[in-house]
Amino acid sequence: MAYSDKVIDHYTNPRNVGTLDKSSSKVGTGLVGAPECGDVMRLQIQVDDNNIITDAKFKTFGCGSAIASSSLATEWLKGKTIDDAMKIDNMDIVEELALPPVKIHCSVLAEDAIKAAINDFRVKNGLEAIASEKAHH
Amino acid sequence: MNLPIYLDNNATTPMDPRVLDAMLPYFNQKFGNAASRNHAFGWVAEEAVDYAREQVAKIIGASEKEIIFTSGATEADNLAIKGVFEMYKDKGNHIITTTTEHKAVLDTCKHVEKLGARVTYLPVQADGLINLQELEAAMTGETILVSIMYGNNEIGVIQPIREIAAIAHKYGALFMTDATQAVGKIPVDVIADGIDLLAFTAHKIYGPKGVGALYVRRKGPRVKVTAQMDGGGHERGMRSGTLNVPGIVGFGKACEICMQEMESEAKRLSALRDKLQASLLELEESYVNGNVAHRLPHVANISFKYVEGEGLMMAMKDLAVSSGSACTSASLEPSYVLKSLGLSDDLAHSSIRFGLGRFTTEQEVDYAIAVTKKSVTHLRELSPLWEMFKEGIDLDSIEWAEH
Repeated sequence: MAYSDKVIDHYTNPRNVGTLDKSSSKVGTGLVGAPECGDVMRLQIQVDDNNIITDAKFKTFGCGSAIASSSLATEWLKGKTIDDAMKIDNMDIVEELALPPVKIHCSVLAEDAIKAAINDFRVKNGLEAIASEKAHH
Repeated sequence: MNLPIYLDNNATTPMDPRVLDAMLPYFNQKFGNAASRNHAFGWVAEEAVDYAREQVAKIIGASEKEIIFTSGATEADNLAIKGVFEMYKDKGNHIITTTTEHKAVLDTCKHVEKLGARVTYLPVQADGLINLQELEAAMTGETILVSIMYGNNEIGVIQPIREIAAIAHKYGALFMTDATQAVGKIPVDVIADGIDLLAFTAHKIYGPKGVGALYVRRKGPRVKVTAQMDGGGHERGMRSGTLNVPGIVGFGKACEICMQEMESEAKRLSALRDKLQASLLELEESYVNGNVAHRLPHVANISFKYVEGEGLMMAMKDLAVSSGSACTSASLEPSYVLKSLGLSDDLAHSSIRFGLGRFTTEQEVDYAIAVTKKSVTHLRELSPLWEMFKEGIDLDSIEWAEH
């Protein structure tokens, strides 16, 4: 199976690999997936007092498409408010990276990771977690 | 050294130029139908097939009358299992095989189950070998066939063929083996090993794709299979269809070369494989899958924990290898062979199969070692699991959301 140029680009030069201090109240951490399924994503956001995401980091165990999806997600998150970030849809990632149908689950996982990180931040700061309206596959 | 490097010789092998040379005349100059008995074109083709049949028989210690040419090992597996079931079903309906067989055997067994066969799928031990006591315990008076592979395609493990054959015969069953990965790589002898039916193919031994054979024993006992392909009654009525003369000539030549070079080649390849394996095991948290003492000389299947196999193959784009991770398939299920060894799904997802071959050089192996080490290290830097492992977090203590 051939990968798209954008997947290869993100895979070869992943953006924002790293770790933020998960104990900080200004950091939200989302850890999604499972080792048995061959995909685990950890996505972290640093949020300022205006609820704007100033930094985002990821680490991913998974195939090239999973790594590319999470790398792209960190790029998109930076500079967004947490409310706008909540609106990122997995199909946007599918489109941007030209993922084939068999790799759509990678984008779903990235969306899950974004939402989990935001909810972690919200709960830490006394806000309610926002339930995802999407049914999981 | 040319890139990419081919280290997937269990999937298929490049054709040896000597094989190609032997085949070429049979496409256009000596193009006759081996079944044409009334002119020179047919005689020439028939003579070539006869010669090749001897070459093919010799590599497994059979007589040429015991070789049925097929389109490959898959067809030979189908013919053996379906053909034995149909021929002997009045004697009994029980077949024994293992969970680590190739799909050509497993799915054929599933097929005959629908026709009334009862199939036992023996589990394997953690090293990939079957337990002979369990085999014996599974044998019944109804058992007509035991079908257990010679060498495994994913991990290279070689089953105790002679002991298996002895158990099968003790209970009056036939013993069939899919020897696709073993023939030409290690000595296989149907008489000494006690094999009644044996499937193999040309393209795993530097011959052409599209041709294989089923060995069917003629003496002690005389084994019969019901044809699965009806027509002109070729191959002593067991497999109709015009013979693939160039393919058969190539198959014969490939067997002849393997006979001559097997011993030295096995030594060379196992030395290279051992070097590759030892170097890669220097990486922390890397493990060999399958028994290493009973293993084909050219295979090493290694799991690199906390790195996903498909992602790893993408990093090693200059190496053609294969992975037990099934991230590319729609099922997302990792290798059933590795799971049969009791490997957890995450280790199965982290596995890479290195399959060396006749044209693999030491320089290529050195390159493969360097690229694999670099890629594993790089991907571990990206892996949250590796970070957690390094922090001493027990990954089993985390409640993962299965998706």
